[in-house]
Amino acid sequence: MSLTPDEVRHIALLARLGVSDEDVERFSGQLSSILDYFEELKQVDTDGVPPTAYALDLHNVLRADETAPCTSHADILANAPAQENGYFRVRAVLEE
Amino acid sequence: MADDVLRLTMHQAAGLLRGGKVSSVELTQATFERMRAVNEQVNAFITESEEEALAQAARADQMIADGEENPLTGIPAAIKDAIVTKGVRTTAGSRILEPFVPVYDANVITLLKETGFVMVGKTNMDEFAMGSSGENSAYGPTHNPWALDRVPGGSSAGSAAAVASGMAYWALGSDTGGSVRQPGALSGVVGLKPTYGRVSRYGLIAFGSSLDQIGALTRSVRDAATVLQAIAGHDQRDSTSVPIEVPDYNATIGDGVKGLRVGVPREYFVEGMDSDVREAVEKAIAQLEGLGAEIDTDVSLPSTAHALSVYYIIAPSEASANLARYDGVKYGFSYDEGGSMWADMEGTRQYGFGEEVKRRIMIGTYALSTGYYDAYYVKAQKVRTLIRREFDAAFEKHDVLVAPVTPTAAFKIGEKTDDPLQMYLNDVLTIPVSIAGLPGISVPCGFTTADDGARLPIGLQVIAKPFDEATMFRVAHAYEQSTTWHEEFPPL
Repeated sequence: MSLTPDEVRHIALLARLGVSDEDVERFSGQLSSILDYFEELKQVDTDGVPPTAYALDLHNVLRADETAPCTSHADILANAPAQENGYFRVRAVLEE
Repeated sequence: MADDVLRLTMHQAAGLLRGGKVSSVELTQATFERMRAVNEQVNAFITESEEEALAQAARADQMIADGEENPLTGIPAAIKDAIVTKGVRTTAGSRILEPFVPVYDANVITLLKETGFVMVGKTNMDEFAMGSSGENSAYGPTHNPWALDRVPGGSSAGSAAAVASGMAYWALGSDTGGSVRQPGALSGVVGLKPTYGRVSRYGLIAFGSSLDQIGALTRSVRDAATVLQAIAGHDQRDSTSVPIEVPDYNATIGDGVKGLRVGVPREYFVEGMDSDVREAVEKAIAQLEGLGAEIDTDVSLPSTAHALSVYYIIAPSEASANLARYDGVKYGFSYDEGGSMWADMEGTRQYGFGEEVKRRIMIGTYALSTGYYDAYYVKAQKVRTLIRREFDAAFEKHDVLVAPVTPTAAFKIGEKTDDPLQMYLNDVLTIPVSIAGLPGISVPCGFTTADDGARLPIGLQVIAKPFDEATMFRVAHAYEQSTTWHEEFPPL
């Protein structure tokens, strides 16, 4: 299993992770050897074995539908890198 | 105040407080003096909270004067920086959260505040708990108090090092694949990972949500049980915290091991294991036998060999989803020179995350991507089922399983940083327990002398059935009380 530089760039794009050319080179080597290691799982017979998402037998946990105090508007914005008129400020999403 | 006071267990220190021999304010001041003397060498803390701690200590002294104390009241403790603390900066060891000051407390912090505990600071850690050595912190590596040129283990590196070196009587950590048990073993303290679902994860900064569990690093098994008693229980804000009763651990911890069936899984004595580690663990098992436990060495968990692959697919997959929230918009570091929204976001993550975190986001994103999801993620989840089934079968015939915690003692800082796979192999004996959601505890069981003369601690792992921490504590406590390893302190 060998990841090409283009594949590394594609994964980085999916993860919205900026990468330098140096990162791409290093990651393609390291990720390839890690994925090679995972190949050993192919020998395990899992026919008819259901997947486990987590180790507990809990499903559809519900709580009473009651109103309760929640985090204040000021607290939500307290750590905002940029804000304006009580909103998070971001750059234009749709470019011209 | 003599440093001796700082070497006591939580229960011993609580006895002094209750007897009026010392005040919480004095213990807290002594702890900060110790931090000023040794933390520069250990680097166990990212943020110290002296002002808040002294205020908490004064309140604790009042609680004690009013006869409203419990064993945690007034005892200086440290909190892993992955757990959010209202008004006290919380970074998760990452540059991306460098300016982040939480506006709420984690559930465990709310519960601990009710006990009157004293929080001296937030401990250093591998960034977002991704690491086994404490080296992946944006705030510099933590050093092992037993040998400063070695790692203390990770990811709860600072928590383990602080407890080992007298900068806190106990600490909270978090364990996703061994991040409490492994640093416990390498730093010579007790490391407790409760059953997945025992402790609310509300306010624990998420890494691998199906694996993460808050645990404790302490100087005795009894202290670990006391911390768990305080933080366990159902919390509506974490739908994976389980609504079942929490037993009184202290009531049964001294019941001994007579007649308990102890299994020793042979796959845990792996190739390449240090011979001193093997010997120390074998001696510990013989010790348990001498205490009356029934030892069965004919136990096999054949899928153990696949646990590492399963973990390094599932945990990064979950991490890649969890860490999508760090976009530079809502909180934390924000890069604003990209020229567009997407470029800013990519820059925020490029400059905000460290090397290992990026690597795991990449692995996870790949494993979840179209065309590979079944081959990696679903396959790993199926093998996860096999691992759990093997544990379930072993627990039909055994009350607990015992094993080493790590294949070797603490290694040198920088020794494994160039080879991610070598680093991942440190977790090979702690990961299966995490995958199966079981409780596990690491107890000091000896020392080894390294080639350079360093004297390094070794840990014994005790593993129990889901939600049967009580039996696990019994075994760990009986062993600990029949040895003196836990009474040793690093020369620092």
